[in-house]
Amino acid sequence: MVNVILIAVCVLGLIGLASALILHLVSHKFAVHEDPRIGKVGAVLPQANCGGCGYPGCSGFAAACVKAADGGSLEGKFCPVGGQPVMEQVAEILGMSVAASAPKVAVVRCNGTCENRPRLAQFIGAQSCRVQQMTGMGETGCGYGCLGCGDCVSKCQFDALHMTLETGLPEVDEEKCTACGACAKACPRSIIEIRLKGPKGRRVVVLCSNKDKGAIANKVCKASCIGCGKCVKTCEKFEAITLENNLAYIDAEKCKMCRKCEEACPKGAIHGFNFPPRKPKVEEPAAPSAPTQNVELSKAE
Amino acid sequence: MKTFKIGGAHPAENKLSAASPIREAALPKQAVFSMFQHIGAPAKPVVKKGDVVKVGTLLAEAGGFVSAPIHSSVSGKVAKVDVALDASGTRRMAVYIDVEGDEWEESIDRSTDLIRLSDRPELDGKTIVEKIKNAGIVGMGGATFPCHVKLSPPPGCKAECVIINAVECEPYLTADHRLMLEHPDEILVGLQLIMKAVSVTKGFIGIENNKPDAIALLTEKAKAYEGIEIVPLRVKYPQGGEKQLIDAVIGRQVPAPPAIPINVGAVVQNVGTVFAIYQAVMKNKPLIDRIITVTGKSLGQPSNLLARLGTPFQQLVDECGGMPEDTGKIIGGGPMMGKALLSLDIPMTKGSSGLLFMSDKEARRAASQPCIRCAKCVSACPMGLEPYLLSKMSVMEEWDGAEKNDIASCIECGCCQFTCPSHRPLLDMVRIGKSTVMGIIRSRATKQ
Repeated sequence: MVNVILIAVCVLGLIGLASALILHLVSHKFAVHEDPRIGKVGAVLPQANCGGCGYPGCSGFAAACVKAADGGSLEGKFCPVGGQPVMEQVAEILGMSVAASAPKVAVVRCNGTCENRPRLAQFIGAQSCRVQQMTGMGETGCGYGCLGCGDCVSKCQFDALHMTLETGLPEVDEEKCTACGACAKACPRSIIEIRLKGPKGRRVVVLCSNKDKGAIANKVCKASCIGCGKCVKTCEKFEAITLENNLAYIDAEKCKMCRKCEEACPKGAIHGFNFPPRKPKVEEPAAPSAPTQNVELSKAE
Repeated sequence: MKTFKIGGAHPAENKLSAASPIREAALPKQAVFSMFQHIGAPAKPVVKKGDVVKVGTLLAEAGGFVSAPIHSSVSGKVAKVDVALDASGTRRMAVYIDVEGDEWEESIDRSTDLIRLSDRPELDGKTIVEKIKNAGIVGMGGATFPCHVKLSPPPGCKAECVIINAVECEPYLTADHRLMLEHPDEILVGLQLIMKAVSVTKGFIGIENNKPDAIALLTEKAKAYEGIEIVPLRVKYPQGGEKQLIDAVIGRQVPAPPAIPINVGAVVQNVGTVFAIYQAVMKNKPLIDRIITVTGKSLGQPSNLLARLGTPFQQLVDECGGMPEDTGKIIGGGPMMGKALLSLDIPMTKGSSGLLFMSDKEARRAASQPCIRCAKCVSACPMGLEPYLLSKMSVMEEWDGAEKNDIASCIECGCCQFTCPSHRPLLDMVRIGKSTVMGIIRSRATKQ
């Protein structure tokens, strides 16, 4: 009886030893050497896995950063969620320097509120912008403006986008927005732009995406860009505004924030964000109005 | 009685205008001709502002092989070439014509005498296809695929029979039904022309048995024509789908895309198209008018109108008693596959088979509820797909999985959504998936 137990223990012990030896040898022979820097870089990343950097998740971005560092430069690698501080940490780990980059923010380039842009029809169906886009025009006569079903809101991981009931448009919470670009990708009409936040968060933006001719754009929405080109003329000195397909666009890098275009726009399509309220002029005391939350509608009504 | 094998649904027929004879609609004051009246490349305008045109004058030439020319349906002056809101819901290029009088091109034979194939022995297949191409004829069942492309089989394919789609499975629509009752001989001669064009000797006309008068009349008339057989079919939606009709009539199944009906030897044409082909070849008349069913439960006078292309829908409604007050939805086409219209100023095009007014109550969809896994959508799908799975994959943006599950085979008939007891927007989501997957397939093809 004792013999049987002894034999069993010995045989099993030997098998175990032999297997351990094989495992040991194999683990040495086929060991995968991961760059320890990848783990270190990964540890400082925000782990949001949003894909805003253009890589599949934070670990993908970490690997890409290490590879880029071996190539000599971290240029073009940027984590929109972590921003400049995180990129500096990453650069420190990799022994590189990183150029200063300005923070960005998502901007909804449509001001077709319920008031500005009357609804011609009601969409019945799956509440999704992509579905509504397939009907053509959607609920309003504007084929370029916000559809208002909130595909962008559902894609935002940072709780930075919300639909506003009064306007029917999504509103960006600048504090929370990380400029990851998920909303811009989700929008079937490409209304949302990831744009430079500007000094003190100040920026001047054309809040319209309508590329129709002026007559049509004017008819469908009170706040549309009609492509008249007045803003382009006021900005001749800085050449920051271009007019393409009946739509004005302000280059954020060239804009000097003089806000002359805002005054020149006959439709009030150009908006300055986060500017202090203007002092009322002596000649026209009624012209400016008080700022509302983030958007100062100095030209509205 | 024959029908297709898998899936299908039975929506209420509501053929309100079946007994009302075709009448001619009045000329519009201004006609608008969209350059996007067919699938494929848009037509290119050849007229400019101020040009004087007659009925039948070429307005735009075909923009490629898969494209069709567009002719004026009215006489007058070109007002402008500009964008116009069309039935797709977008603003696209169109030609506006201010109507003056009703002057026709001299080459068009306006008499109503029947010309038989035996009266024109000189016609050969090539001439027929050429005439169809120049007349700008497209599939008039609604898909608007340029007709001459279907009649030019790709190398390696041989047509064995021609099937005429006279099913009209969409509820409410009666345009094809009335056409068969009022122009049976023209349709039969038109079918002979198509048979000659693709050089086959066998032709079928598939008619659903909710039109017994049309079946009886055509069966009687067809005795005088060799090789033509009328096939009565059991009523089931979507029998008018090309693949379903081939299955029902000759029992063959078209494989998954990129296979097309000609791969199983069938050429399918709508009965409205056949009538247009007869007029184009025998009477030299380009496609300038069509029969459209204007209908709805609250509409004063549901009718079948012979209207010129480019007529705004508003005018057609006015001729049928005006827009009902309880209108909640206006649909261009039938209730199953038609598209909701944003405005009545939209002009009618080559594909406008119907104009349907639904009351607010009928149009409203019930709230969507969670899927209860009953698989009714699976048994209703005439293509044998799994709509619940495809719609889920579209929501989750799982394009690879959707492609593997043959989302590209979907014919967008809407049977899944129609049968769903939870009122889920299945087709809405599948459509998104289909268009995305088709885009992926196309971009892959161009890369290779």
